[in-house]
Amino acid sequence: MIGSRAVLFQAECPFDLENQQRFWAMADAAAAWHGVREAVPAMTSLTLLLDSVPDDLDRLAGRLTELWQTGLRKTVEGRLLEIDIRYGGKAGPHLADVAEMTGFSIDEVIRLQSAPEYTVYAVGSHAGYCYLGGLDPRLETPRRKVPLTRLPGGSLSLAGLQAGVSASAGPSGWNTIGRADVRFFDPFRTPASLLKPGDRIRFRPVEVAA
Amino acid sequence: MIRVMSLPPLATVQDLGRHGHWFEGLGSAGAMDPVSHRIANMLLGNQACAATLEIPLTPAQFRFDTRQAFAIAGAVCGANLAGRSLPRIFAGLAKAGDTLELGPIRLGARLYLALPGGIDVPLVLGSRSTQLREAFGGYEGRVLAPGDLLNPITRSDPALPPSGISLDQPEFKLPAGGIIHLRALPSTEHDSFDAASLKAFWTEPYLVTRLNDRQGHRLDGAALTRSSTGELRSHGIVPGIVQVPGGGLPIIQLADSATMGGYPKIAAIIEPDLWRMGQARPGDRVRFHKVGLAEAAKAADDHQAAFAKAGQALADAFEQQEIWA
Repeated sequence: MIGSRAVLFQAECPFDLENQQRFWAMADAAAAWHGVREAVPAMTSLTLLLDSVPDDLDRLAGRLTELWQTGLRKTVEGRLLEIDIRYGGKAGPHLADVAEMTGFSIDEVIRLQSAPEYTVYAVGSHAGYCYLGGLDPRLETPRRKVPLTRLPGGSLSLAGLQAGVSASAGPSGWNTIGRADVRFFDPFRTPASLLKPGDRIRFRPVEVAA
Repeated sequence: MIRVMSLPPLATVQDLGRHGHWFEGLGSAGAMDPVSHRIANMLLGNQACAATLEIPLTPAQFRFDTRQAFAIAGAVCGANLAGRSLPRIFAGLAKAGDTLELGPIRLGARLYLALPGGIDVPLVLGSRSTQLREAFGGYEGRVLAPGDLLNPITRSDPALPPSGISLDQPEFKLPAGGIIHLRALPSTEHDSFDAASLKAFWTEPYLVTRLNDRQGHRLDGAALTRSSTGELRSHGIVPGIVQVPGGGLPIIQLADSATMGGYPKIAAIIEPDLWRMGQARPGDRVRFHKVGLAEAAKAADDHQAAFAKAGQALADAFEQQEIWA
């Protein structure tokens, strides 16, 4: 339980697109269950927001495990968004830290980070924020021990095998290496969130500051 | 109509939150102390979801440009209307030109100011709450400032006794003595904390620090350590979750919580107790009490029953006032 009326389901599985697609399928199925307000996939996990406090958690856990074991996957033909990134300097204060932690030069970090096409695994944290899968495992870094209290919107950050670009200013415990100028969330647009799970992002380096 | 004369830049328009957009990463926002918010609305015959002004810091001063019914509830601050001191929970009629003064907060942390029908701000994505991070909703997506004008949705005043009406709230007492009791369910990583940490968490008080806002509270006390380590993948979180970052000191996420996070979660405060954290102030202490789902369900029922009782007490108070009048 993560709240009186909120359940988190996680499964032991590798962090990859195939498993993530199973969580997307689970979210679609569980959203239709009686008593479920919202079913939202995170990074290889699923959260259910419920109408009331569940009276039988074992039964609910059993249903979720059963759903996971069906192995059903949802494939999404998502849109591809290309994003210009300014790396380093004030835009990416932890670029040098990431280079040091991974043993690569700054140029190599940028090359490795901008090479792959990323997939939106989940939308969450703050409005419009996309958790991306597809980071080169050689760029895996730990979260920062002391989070930054205010990071500007558009910041490109990494932690673990995850990557993402913040949609608005806020606190962050990730390693920030660059910045973009994109409006990921607009309450007066339908849908308000620019991207959804299954969409893809490619980063284009346009500037590097030391 | 009510005009903001002076107000520290932290007050926001809130209702019971913006729901149904969690899948887009949008947290619910909403009143930090939904109990006081609802009581203020109840006094004016408003719906529970009508928008109020949440005031976390005083002194503040408002002026009524027209005759206007209003209500206050929440923290104790020595409020007065045109020099007449008001009880903590009060609804009444202000005359045109009257000034409402809120003194320094002495108990609790937030006051709610209600107007008939709710404060008139646009409905965005199904709610009138201010999303501070995304800067929309509420009053132009921002905190209130001197010169701002608040209008009621209902222009006619509700029937109130001439001297106003106040309400005693034994059901929802502000935590006096500085100890806030919070019932909580063990959460996902609970069992990965070592025995000494679990004992400390469930038995020792934690201090509410100055690092607190609508997003959450950082606590100080016994540091908590896990017997297993490693980074977690980002996962869903909701208001009330108690996270433990690397430093070992717990964080409670509240109304402006993110929808996902990555820190280990030791416990989840049950919803009926969350309002108490909305009234917590630096220097207060919190004690966590472990409960199971059955107790959480009963607490939810009790919470609803307490509102029904408060509604009845209000009806009785109106009746009394009419007899005396």
